[in-house]
Amino acid sequence: MSALRVNTGEGREPSPASEPLLRVAGLEAVYGASIAALHHIDLTVRPGEIVALLGSNGAGKTTTLKAISNLLPAQRGKVSRGEIHFDGHDVLKKSPSALARLGLVQVLEGRHCFRTLSVEENLITGGLGRSSSRREIAEDLEKVYAIFPRLKEKRKSRAGLASGGEQQMTAIGRALMTRPRLLVLDEPSMGLAPLTVQAIFKALAELNESAGLAILVAEQNAAVALRFAHRVAVIENGTSVVNESAAEFRRRSDVQSFYLGGGATIASGEAGEVLLQQQQISNKSAHSTF
Amino acid sequence: MDNAFDWTFFSEVLVGGLLAGVMYSLVAIGFVLIYKTSGVFNFAQGSMVLFAALTFVSLTERGLSFGAALAVTAAAMAVLGIVVENAVLRPLVNRPPVTLFMATLGLSYIIEGGAQLLWGAQVHALELGIQDTPLEVSGMLISKFDLIAAGISAGMVAVLSLFFRYTRTGLAFRAVADDTFAALAVGLRLPRIRTAVWIAAGLVSLVAGLLWGSRLGVQFSLSLVVLKALPVLVLGGFDSVPGVIVGGLLIGAFEKLAEVYLGPYVGGGIEGWFAYAIALLFLLIRPAGLFGGRTLERV
Repeated sequence: MSALRVNTGEGREPSPASEPLLRVAGLEAVYGASIAALHHIDLTVRPGEIVALLGSNGAGKTTTLKAISNLLPAQRGKVSRGEIHFDGHDVLKKSPSALARLGLVQVLEGRHCFRTLSVEENLITGGLGRSSSRREIAEDLEKVYAIFPRLKEKRKSRAGLASGGEQQMTAIGRALMTRPRLLVLDEPSMGLAPLTVQAIFKALAELNESAGLAILVAEQNAAVALRFAHRVAVIENGTSVVNESAAEFRRRSDVQSFYLGGGATIASGEAGEVLLQQQQISNKSAHSTF
Repeated sequence: MDNAFDWTFFSEVLVGGLLAGVMYSLVAIGFVLIYKTSGVFNFAQGSMVLFAALTFVSLTERGLSFGAALAVTAAAMAVLGIVVENAVLRPLVNRPPVTLFMATLGLSYIIEGGAQLLWGAQVHALELGIQDTPLEVSGMLISKFDLIAAGISAGMVAVLSLFFRYTRTGLAFRAVADDTFAALAVGLRLPRIRTAVWIAAGLVSLVAGLLWGSRLGVQFSLSLVVLKALPVLVLGGFDSVPGVIVGGLLIGAFEKLAEVYLGPYVGGGIEGWFAYAIALLFLLIRPAGLFGGRTLERV
């Protein structure tokens, strides 16, 4: 249980301020012709920084992330106002594959592995978009296997038959094969056992430290995200309401208990209780999925 | 009728049906390739078959050798695929399936009209140099042409399978077919992959056009082979290559057997609609088809 405790001590300082790698300003997005999904989102990610994007279910985290990878048009949504820049490029004028080649890639909510492909084939697809050479793909595969040794054991089996944790690792590994500078993750902990979540976040933190990989991660499981993040952004009803360092955010325990819960059951206000709920949810999911 | 059931005759009909079925599968595979990567039911597949056959036969009539005509036609099909994907389908991407279907319906008539404009409207005979003499195999008489046509179709399927299994484009194709949104998110270049698939579908149409054209003659009704492929797709599943192969074999076999054994009781002419009766039955019982993973809708 202690693995998930909100905490203390392990907070890491944000890297020195510099030009943001990602800058989202005044973002407004709609689905269809008129269903407003986002009203006003401001967000920045600096090079080498881990930013946690928090908010309850339906607050607009996923839509924000899809807008950042310019994936909304593929789901009949669009950015109706505001701007998104990645490394000086106007994201809204770039295709998702062009963004991936620039170093911005996303691990979708629900993992979205290619289920009929083997784990290794899944990973290789990450190298195809940037036209990696055969040698580069072999090198990158070894790197991914070094980060997630379990994938090496499973490399020949179908991704659809792998466990939830292995699928999440496959999805992350596949994204790493694009050689990103900013990795965007949507709910990586969803439906996974706490230990698996720990292992995945630990691997991400190591990548951040060793390779300076910037990470933007949306999580309902705020407790675990907060332990690794440098900075926190909170979304509420399609509007960003908090934007501060993770350390400061953690100190304000009132805010904490408010945003750490999953969904709308937050009225209890007791952080401990909320954590307990989360624990139950993740245990339940761990049993029910795969 | 004799009392004893004539098994040799039954086998002959069955084999004839199966061989015809392989050729149905060939047309159906063109549909599956495009459906799996674009979610588009490409009604223009039949017109592409006609366009290929007409181009080939017109070139040979103008004195080109078989090989040269084949190469030029293949190139023309590739160009057609590139133009269709880039000029028509790309601007319509993410539109509802019915819009895309209407676009390919329109396209179907434009390709037919274009072929007519280019090569004229008369009927051509297409001679592939295969003698259509019956072969005797353990007492059965089997059309040599059907046998070779089935062999060519099987070879085409084998080449496609190897391509999808062992090449990068093939891997990208399988990824897109599996989960288009994930493929987009991970940076695969969908337009490029879809263009490749349209080219592949064009080449499949070329082979189908030559085989069907030499059997039926190259004329505008050739584009109606698309109607033969529909029941096969329903039976096999719109998104399954193995499915449509099995579907084609089943439809071919049932069609011929029904024509021969049931036809006399209802005054014949069953072959034209029997496949649709089976397809309808399947739609009611198993809408995804024998091997289909999902129902017919854009994912």
